[in-house]
Amino acid sequence: MASREITRPDPEELLRHIQEQERQGGRGRLKVFLGYAPRVGKSLRMFDEGLRRRKRGQDVVIGAVQSRGSDAVESFACQLELVPPKIVGDQETVDIAGVIARRPHVVLIDELARDNPPGSANPHRWQDVEQIRDAGINVVAALNLQHIFEHQDEIEKITGKRARNFVPESFLETADEIVIVDVPAEDLGQHPTLDADALTQLRQLALLVVAQVVEQQLQRYLDAHGIRQSWGTQERILVCITPRSNAKPMIESGARAAARFHGQLLAVWVKQEGLTREADEVVQSNLDYARKLGAEVHILEGRDAMGAIIRFAHEQRVTQVYIGHSRQPAWKFWAANPVDRLIHGAEGMDVRIFPHGQPA
Amino acid sequence: MTSAGKLKVFLGYAAGVGKTWQMLAEAQTLKAQGHDIVIGWFEPHGRKETIAQTEGLEFVPRRVIEHRGAIFEEMDTEAVIRRNPEIAVVDEFAHTNVPGSERPKRWQDVMAILDAGIDVLTSLNIQHIESLNDQVWHVTGIRVRETIPDWVVGEADEVVMVDVTPRALLHRLERGVVYAPEKARAAAENFFTESNLTALRELALRQTAHQLEERREELRLPEPVRAQHSGLDERILLWITPDPSSAMLIRRGRRVADYLNAPCEAIYIDRDTPQVAQHLNFCRNLRIPAHCLTGSDSAVAVAEYSRAAGATQIYVARSTREAGKLVRLVKDMQVTIVSERIRK
Repeated sequence: MASREITRPDPEELLRHIQEQERQGGRGRLKVFLGYAPRVGKSLRMFDEGLRRRKRGQDVVIGAVQSRGSDAVESFACQLELVPPKIVGDQETVDIAGVIARRPHVVLIDELARDNPPGSANPHRWQDVEQIRDAGINVVAALNLQHIFEHQDEIEKITGKRARNFVPESFLETADEIVIVDVPAEDLGQHPTLDADALTQLRQLALLVVAQVVEQQLQRYLDAHGIRQSWGTQERILVCITPRSNAKPMIESGARAAARFHGQLLAVWVKQEGLTREADEVVQSNLDYARKLGAEVHILEGRDAMGAIIRFAHEQRVTQVYIGHSRQPAWKFWAANPVDRLIHGAEGMDVRIFPHGQPA
Repeated sequence: MTSAGKLKVFLGYAAGVGKTWQMLAEAQTLKAQGHDIVIGWFEPHGRKETIAQTEGLEFVPRRVIEHRGAIFEEMDTEAVIRRNPEIAVVDEFAHTNVPGSERPKRWQDVMAILDAGIDVLTSLNIQHIESLNDQVWHVTGIRVRETIPDWVVGEADEVVMVDVTPRALLHRLERGVVYAPEKARAAAENFFTESNLTALRELALRQTAHQLEERREELRLPEPVRAQHSGLDERILLWITPDPSSAMLIRRGRRVADYLNAPCEAIYIDRDTPQVAQHLNFCRNLRIPAHCLTGSDSAVAVAEYSRAAGATQIYVARSTREAGKLVRLVKDMQVTIVSERIRK
């Protein structure tokens, strides 16, 4: 048998391959322009993209345009062909059948989070988009941050209001591309209800939402093809829970750092045989505390606890590991200290070692 | 409050995302609104659409500098200041001036213009931010030489993310919008890969969000109050050694300290090596004060100083031989063993 050189797959090649497969699968692509507030210019960017694409020879139509758009939006939109909306009751909805019958290369859909009136084909506009993509037509859409379901609690804290209509984040994650339309709050002029600081908070949230979607999309591609390289740029903090260590300050510190870095907090406990009831209670209460502070808690099994933690940390692409000093007064000089083992094994990660005493 | 000008940074994640274009579009809007605006420096890169955006804007003539028999052009900072416009456009914030210039770095020119009370619009790519240098290298395999200290970017009154998707950027590259064809091919093979661009884009999004947060904190808390509450009483010490990994340690420490809003100080053992001097210079650039320790036992000296200084965290590189010993000596303090990010 002829020997063949085994080479590591080139991630770029894999990416191209996956994207090619998707295209052949025939589903239309989705590109979303996300803005953090009304009037940041997301619709304008969308229609501008439509005009540019048409200039390059693509067949572009409009599927939905907001009725109360600005003059600038109006002037862009009127240059493109409109598939007339379908009137249900007294409201305009996307004419799904009309768009599909027209078979453009790209359809532009404004106000992605709109609800359809009763009697429409779908309750929500984003479902119309799904249907259009299923028919192999590409969609470019505009969306306001305040309509992403999973962030509505946070947004309500900032604005004091909650939008009734929404798009689930899982739908947003199916987008092939997401673009943030970033504008300083001061440039928006007077907002009727929100001050500059509230707008800035929304802006910050929008940037982080896009960063998160970007990270997940890439990670999914890479995971699906067994590529272990960590490409993400997010901080992922792992707190190691043991019955001996004083875990509370570690968990608090981890939660604080995760919040400051807008990262992820993980906590891990490796099950041990023959634990006293007291020790087990300490562990359980620490794990509960970690959950309460927003950690994703993982319970592992394995005789070699430190080995299991190191493996887990690599799998989870952890960037910082928090561990407490062992309470044992002195390590037998011939036995490997578990902390030393962690430092040795945690290649590419920071290891932060916490005092075992009471928190300062 | 000072009468210093306002700084606005257009942040991108790669060449060709449209930073300069957007900056000039804003300049045109400001001019149309009646503001007195000039171009101090503009880098055309042969991009037609961008060049078209400068139409009707006033240019301050460049300064010609002779260096080793060759002619170079740089921004004429003094002429910009003399012209005294309301706003100056200065492209490529991270640029290094040719030797013989008034100041080594363009960001220093920008600071001088701001000090003269002139607002500045500038452009910057994420890979030039100093504390991200290791992460950028980790992701792209490219060691960026031209960097800008984080505190300089922190001075900006506004940072705006200029976003396009990597796919759209790659299309621009294919169409020859960004570079001439031969250069575009080379770029596509090295730096401009979809995974590289995606990771850099994520870094830029997070950096912009971080910048907003910092700004909000500054606005909310006036100086004295902020000092008291800074870093939730964290105090970070960086143990610098002659090892090259110290550069990575300094960047990582600076970044964490910035995020935690904590003070940060470098310490080193008195062994006069050129490597240490280089690291100390780097600390100065990043505004990290350094303190020299003496003693025959490094780990003991570091432990003693840390305790006396009330440090809460000591940062030490994984490659430092005495790291394990330090961990055992300071069981009452947090020690962070910083590992070099490995490219697989």
